[in-house]
Amino acid sequence: MEDSTVKLHVDNISLSFGGIKALQSVGFSVQHGQIVAVIGPNGAGKTSLINSITGFYRPQIGAIRLDGVDITHLPPYKRAQLGIARTFQNIALYTNMTALDNLMAARHIHMKANALTAALFYGPARREEIANRERVEEIIDFLEMENIRKTIVGNLSYGLRKRVELGRALALEPSLLLLDEPMAGMNVEEKEDMARFILDIHERQKMTIVLIEHDMGLVMDISQRVVAIDFGIKIAEGTPDEIKQDEHVIKAYLGQEVQPENAADLQAVSE
Amino acid sequence: MSANIRPSGVFDTSYAQDIALNRTRTDKWLSNGLFVVLLLLPLLSSEGPLGLNIVPSLWIGTLNRIAIFVIAVQGLNILTGYCGQISLGHAAFMAIGAYTGAILGRELGMTFWLALPVAALVTGIVGLIFGLPSLRVKGFYLAMATLAAQFIIPWLLRYPLEPLTNGSRPLDVPVPNLFGISFAADGAMFYIIIPAAVFLSLAARNILRSRVGRALISVRDNDIAAEQMGINVFNYKLLAFFVAAMFAGIAGCLSAYNTNSVSLDTFLLDQSIAMLAMLVIGGAGYPLGPLFGVTFVLLLQQIIIPALIPPLNNVLPGLLPFINPVNIYAALSPLIFGLALAIFLVFNPRGLAHRWEIIKIAWKLRPFSH
Repeated sequence: MEDSTVKLHVDNISLSFGGIKALQSVGFSVQHGQIVAVIGPNGAGKTSLINSITGFYRPQIGAIRLDGVDITHLPPYKRAQLGIARTFQNIALYTNMTALDNLMAARHIHMKANALTAALFYGPARREEIANRERVEEIIDFLEMENIRKTIVGNLSYGLRKRVELGRALALEPSLLLLDEPMAGMNVEEKEDMARFILDIHERQKMTIVLIEHDMGLVMDISQRVVAIDFGIKIAEGTPDEIKQDEHVIKAYLGQEVQPENAADLQAVSE
Repeated sequence: MSANIRPSGVFDTSYAQDIALNRTRTDKWLSNGLFVVLLLLPLLSSEGPLGLNIVPSLWIGTLNRIAIFVIAVQGLNILTGYCGQISLGHAAFMAIGAYTGAILGRELGMTFWLALPVAALVTGIVGLIFGLPSLRVKGFYLAMATLAAQFIIPWLLRYPLEPLTNGSRPLDVPVPNLFGISFAADGAMFYIIIPAAVFLSLAARNILRSRVGRALISVRDNDIAAEQMGINVFNYKLLAFFVAAMFAGIAGCLSAYNTNSVSLDTFLLDQSIAMLAMLVIGGAGYPLGPLFGVTFVLLLQQIIIPALIPPLNNVLPGLLPFINPVNIYAALSPLIFGLALAIFLVFNPRGLAHRWEIIKIAWKLRPFSH
C-alpha cells in the first residue's frame, strides 16, 4: 500500500472537457506536514488540479488518495468531512453573511443540530453553538480579524475577504489545506501578512498545505516542494532550488532557453 | 448591515448573550409584554366574556388571517429568502394542508389537534417531491418546475379526488374542540392561531441562527463553495422544501378550521404570487420580513382599499368610463396592489424589514448620526 507519510497522492490523473485536455496524467504526492506549491502559466491546469482534489471535477483516469484512502469517487462534501479544505481563486464567500457567520458555517461538519433541535434551540443545540463559537473566535484572533467579525463580507476589502476565506477554510479544521492563489491581487503588505499566516498555520498545526501561487519569490520562500504544470502536463517537480534551475520550467515561463539567474523575473513574465 | 449595534453602554459579556434573541432585560420585557397584550385583545372585544367593546371584533378576524399568512410566508422565507429556491407553488401546498386537515376531520373524525400535525407532515412530503427538480435546476427553471405543483395539485384536488374534496364547491370543515370547549368564534380561534404563529416564527428564527440556517444561506449565497465546505447541498435544498411546505400545510389547515370551510379558489396561482409579493415587500431573508409583508399587504387589501373605494366611487366612473361601476372593487384592488408592489420594488427593494433595521440602528445611535 501507500507510504504512511504520504498525506495526498495524486495518481496520474487525466481530466478532459470534451476535446480539451485540462490535465494529462498528472501525478505527485504530498508528505504529511509539507507545503507544496503548484506553479504554471495561466491556463496550465492548476485550478483544475485543485478542483479534482476537492471533487468539483472528476478526473476520467487516475485516482486521488487521501491518507491512503481512495477518494476519487466521493462527492465534494464528503471530502470536506475527511479533512480537505480550500480557498478559491475568485473569492467564493457567502456574501450576505457576516465574517463570523462565514466561519461558523464552515463548522457545519463539526456540529450536529438538525432542523428539529435547531428549531427549539435549547440544551445541546445551544451549547454546541457556543462551543463552536469559541473555536471560531480562536481563528478570528489568530487571523487578526476581531474588528470585522460582524461585518457583512460583501462590504469588506479584497484583502480582508481573502483573509476571511482562509479563516473559513481553517474553521473546517482540515488536515489538508488547498490554497488557490491566496495572494492574487494583493499589495506587498497584504501578501506578507498572508505568507505569515500560512507559515504560522503550517508550524502550529503541522498542516499539510498545497498552494497555487504566481509570486515566484514567495513560492520559493515558503514551499518545500514545487510542482510545475504547463498545458495540463507536469513538467517538473522538486525543491524550489531545483525548480529554479529546471530548463522546462524556464521554457514554460519565458518561451526560450535563458540563464538560470533570470528565474527571479518569472513572476513579472507570468503576469 | 451591522446587526451588532447596541445602545451605548450595553455590552455582551458572553457568547450566550451574543447569540440570544433577547439580549437585555428590556428586550425580554418588551417581547413578552407584546405577546401578553396580543393575547388580551379578544377579551377586550365585543365577543369577549367581559362584554367590552374596546377592540373592534373585525380586528380579531383580520389578526387571525394575518397570523395564518405569516406562518405560510415564514415557510416561503426559509425556502426563497434564505435557501434561494424560488417557489411558485406555495398556495398549492397550503391547499394540501387545508384539504388534508379537513378530510381527516370529516371522514375519519380525527380531532383537529391530531389532524394539524398530520396535515403538516403530508404537505411536507408533497413539498419534498416537488422539490426534487431543485437537484438539477435553479432560478427561473426551478420556478417553472414549482409552477407545475401549482397546476397539478389543484387539478388533482378538483377532479380525481372530487369524492373527498367536493371538487370546485366549498367543503365544510368541523369546528375544533378541546375538552368540550368549541373553537367556533374568531376570538376562540385566535388562541390557536396566534400562539401557533408565534411558535412557528420563533422556530423559523431559531433554525436560521443555527447550523441548519447557515447551511441554507450558504446554499443560497454560493452553492459551489457550500458543497466544498462539507454541506450536502441537495439535502439542504430538500429540507428547505420540506420545512417550507410544512409551514404552508399548517397555515392551510389553520385557515380551513378558521373559516370552517375550504374552497379551491383561495389556493390558486394568484395566491402563490401574492405570497411571494408579501415576502418581497416585507423583506426576503429577514426574520421579520414575513410579518411586515403580510401585515402590509393584508391591511392594504382588506382595510385600505375598501376604505378608498367609496369616495372613489363618485369620481372614478367619470374618470374611467370603461370600468363597470359594479366591478369597481374587483378592478381596483389588483391595480392598487400591483402599483404598491412596483413602488416597493423600485424604492425599497430590500423590503420593510431592512427599513426597520435602519430605523433601529438610527434609534440606538441617537443622538449621534453614526
